[in-house]
Parts: sequence; structure tokens; C-alpha cells
Amino acid sequence: MDKSAFRGYRRENGRVGVRNHVVILPLDDLSNAACEAVANNIKGAMALPHHYGRLQFGEDLELHFRTMIGTGCNPNVAAVVVIGIEPGWTRRIVDGIKETGKPVEGFAIERNGDIATIAAASRKAKEYVHWASGLQRQECALSDLWVSVKCGESDTTSGLASNPTVGNVIDKIDALGATTCFGETSEITGAEQLCATRAATPEVAEKFLKTWNEYNDFILAEKTDDLSDSQPTKGNIEGGLTTIEEKAFGNLEKIGRNAKYIDVLKPAEAPAKGPGLYYMDTSSAAAECVTLQAAAGFVVHLFPTGQGNIVGNPIEPVIKLTANPRTARTMSEHIDLDVSGILRREMNLDQAGDELIDIAIRTAGGRLTAAEVLGHREFVMTKLYRSA
Amino acid sequence: MKHAAASYLSGRIFENWEVALSAPDFLVHEAKDTVGVIVVEGVKAGQSLSGWLMETDETLTLAAVDDIPLGHKVALSAIGEGDTVIKYSHDIGKAVAAIATGGHVHVHNVKTKRW
Repeated sequence: MDKSAFRGYRRENGRVGVRNHVVILPLDDLSNAACEAVANNIKGAMALPHHYGRLQFGEDLELHFRTMIGTGCNPNVAAVVVIGIEPGWTRRIVDGIKETGKPVEGFAIERNGDIATIAAASRKAKEYVHWASGLQRQECALSDLWVSVKCGESDTTSGLASNPTVGNVIDKIDALGATTCFGETSEITGAEQLCATRAATPEVAEKFLKTWNEYNDFILAEKTDDLSDSQPTKGNIEGGLTTIEEKAFGNLEKIGRNAKYIDVLKPAEAPAKGPGLYYMDTSSAAAECVTLQAAAGFVVHLFPTGQGNIVGNPIEPVIKLTANPRTARTMSEHIDLDVSGILRREMNLDQAGDELIDIAIRTAGGRLTAAEVLGHREFVMTKLYRSA
Repeated sequence: MKHAAASYLSGRIFENWEVALSAPDFLVHEAKDTVGVIVVEGVKAGQSLSGWLMETDETLTLAAVDDIPLGHKVALSAIGEGDTVIKYSHDIGKAVAAIATGGHVHVHNVKTKRW
């Protein structure tokens, strides 16, 4: 199989998508019902209900808009219908998405009511689905594939084999000029100095340590006795991980041996320094992290799991791999690639990495992931603090 | 037995059969580590274990002194109370109780030094 190309949808702004969604995007919690009604009317359209968008302010509001606009801008999305309670902020999201050149239109509920809004938005969604369904995939270079990584329900097999398999892929595609992203600020704790050594320049290392220190100060201010009920999680402990340090060193195996991160991104911030590996300040909760990475424009996600995290994302396909033979046996419907053979010395990391690249290319070409087939569409916004 | 198997099994199956015999019970990341990870299910106290030290590709042997679940750690040598536990060649915490060679290493006898 050719490991240097895949078939994707090249969008108006030159970015390449691997899915062709028409998204019905609510500005706020109040607009979820109308969005879900439109998606129910129009087959092939997908609503992305969420809980927020009212009375947020400051950096938290900025993150809300960045996530909403970024989700609409993701090249896995062909066209977007935005519905909001009022026209001002609805327009702000429409204008942000419009910069990509893709079709987008907004609808406001005030002075119209749900029923008229649903009717008008459904007509536009039907037009978009018909248009999008006529688009054709074309051959694209692997460097056009933006890949994010995050692990979940990790155990000791993650650090031994499934995370290093992802690291092997990161090293291989970084050399081909790919754009890639890792995050999970809380789970770097214990390995933060090692992580700083993987920055491309001293300035980037300083930016990373500033981000990590801000997080750590927050934890120290809010902690009860320690993080033992949350980091490691109950699932991590069941799987044999004892301390946050042990978890962190295993986590960092995901970025391989050679790749250096060239910038530190805010949550949901799109990379702007060209091809390379990026660090993003994210939660370590799977759905929050993947939602932020998708909003930054990443189109395929590699997700190693130990005990069996089953997360998916509505717009970014999540490819699951595990090295835990019990998870591969008891949760096989969730697993796209079983690398437990590494533990039995039946395969080496290089072979496992090549298999993962094969699956990533097939996924990019249209093969559905286990999470997609099972309907996992966890779209979870990150909220920084209380609303006004 | 090996020759008998070879005579009627296909090459590929025979290869796997042979590999299966050398599949380790525990893995160790690096030579400096004081713990390994059990990678098979159902390890019982008293069981003789074979290990693979990945960094140097060495084979190790050890007797388990506790039942140890899949994914949990085993002490490669005796660890004293207060000793630093090393994995990935790094400090992952301290022993809060003495651990015998071949003993189960986890939250009951190791804690982070951080909090």
C-alpha cells in the first residue's frame, strides 16, 4: 500500500478533509432543539448540540467562539448551517467560518420562533447536502493530513506499546512534512522537564513551561489533598498505573523519539507556523481534548487506549489502538488496531507503526472507524470558568 | 515435538508457535528500572516468570511472590521503604512499605513524591 498519499476532499482554502459533513451548529444551548430538528429533517446533515454559549465572558468567551468557528472551519466539514438565539453572535460565527470560503449561512430564532427557523434552515441544509454529496475525493500528499493524538484510559501497556506505536507514526510523518498535535497539560505532570526538552527552541520550551506552571498553580490552589482520585484515574489504577509520574512518562511516548514541537497552542487555536508537531494546552479528558484538536483543524486522530476508552468525535475520525490483550479480546468492537503482539514479541514498533499508518490512510480515504460505526460523537466544549 | 510440529504445520503457523514459546511474562523498559510490567493474565505467587528487558534485548527470570494482575508491576529486586522507584529510567515515586523481590508494586506500597 502506498504510504505517502491518501484520497481526500480539497476545500476552498486548500486544506484537505477526510469526511464530508454538513454540520448544523448551535451558537448556544437554547438553539440545540432547532439544530436537532433540522438534522432530523435533512438526511446527511449532522447537529452538534452542546451546553454553552450564554453569559460567558473574557478568555472563556473567546474560547467558545474559537471552538465554534474552528469546528465549522475544519476541512472534514463541507458546509455549515449556524442557528443561534439572536443574530449578533450568530453572525460572528458565520463570518468566522466564511473566511475558509466554504458555504455557510446563519439563522436566528428571536422574532421567528423555532418552527419558522427550522423550516428556513432545513431548506438551506438540503441545498448544502445535495451540493456536498456531489464533491469528489482526489489524491493528496500525506503532508496534507493533519493528525492529532491523545491517549485515554491508559495503563502500563500504553507506555510499553500502544503509545510508542503512535510515536513511531509521529516520527515517520513528521519527516514527511505532516502537521501533528499533542496536548494533555495535566498528564505531562511529572515529565514536564522531559517535555520541555522536546521543544524545537528555548523560546518554545519556555512557552510550554509557562503554560504547564499556570496549570500547576491552578491545581495547587484548588486541590483537596492531592489528585489521587483523578490523576491517575480509577481505570488507570486498575490497569496498573500507580502515580501521575508513571502515567506522564508513558503519555510522552506518543510523540516519538525525534520530532520536536515548534509551537505551543492555546485550546482550539489553529497552528500557524507551518508543518510540524504542535503542543496544545488541553484537558486530559478525552472528549474535551479531541473536540479542541478538531476545532484547531486536525482531521484524523490516533487514540491509544489501555483499559478501553471508547471516545469518538462527530467530525474528526478517532482511530483506536490498544496493546492490552484483555481489552483487545473483551472490547474488540471498539478497537481499530490491536498491537498487543508487541508485548509477545510477535511484532516490533516499526511494524506496528506501519500498520497504524495503513489504517490512518484507509480511514482518511473513507473507511469508518470503530467509533464512527458505533455512533460515538462526543462533542464536549471546554469551559474555563463560571459564567456571568 | 518441535520437529513433529514443523512437519505438518505451515511455516507461518509454526513461526507463531515458536514465538509463542518465547513470549515474555513481564517487560522492563530500561536497564536502570527497578520494576517490570506483567503482560500476561493470571500470574500467581510462586510462579517462575520470564522477562524481556527492551532497552538491551536481554532475557530475565524472576519468581513472583504475590499474585499480580495483567499490567501491574513486579519488583525486580528488593525495594526498601522510602526508596525511589525507577521506571523509564525516571523517578515515578517512593516506596511507602518494603517490597520483596518478585512482589506486587502498586498504590498499596508506592506513592508520588509530588503531593
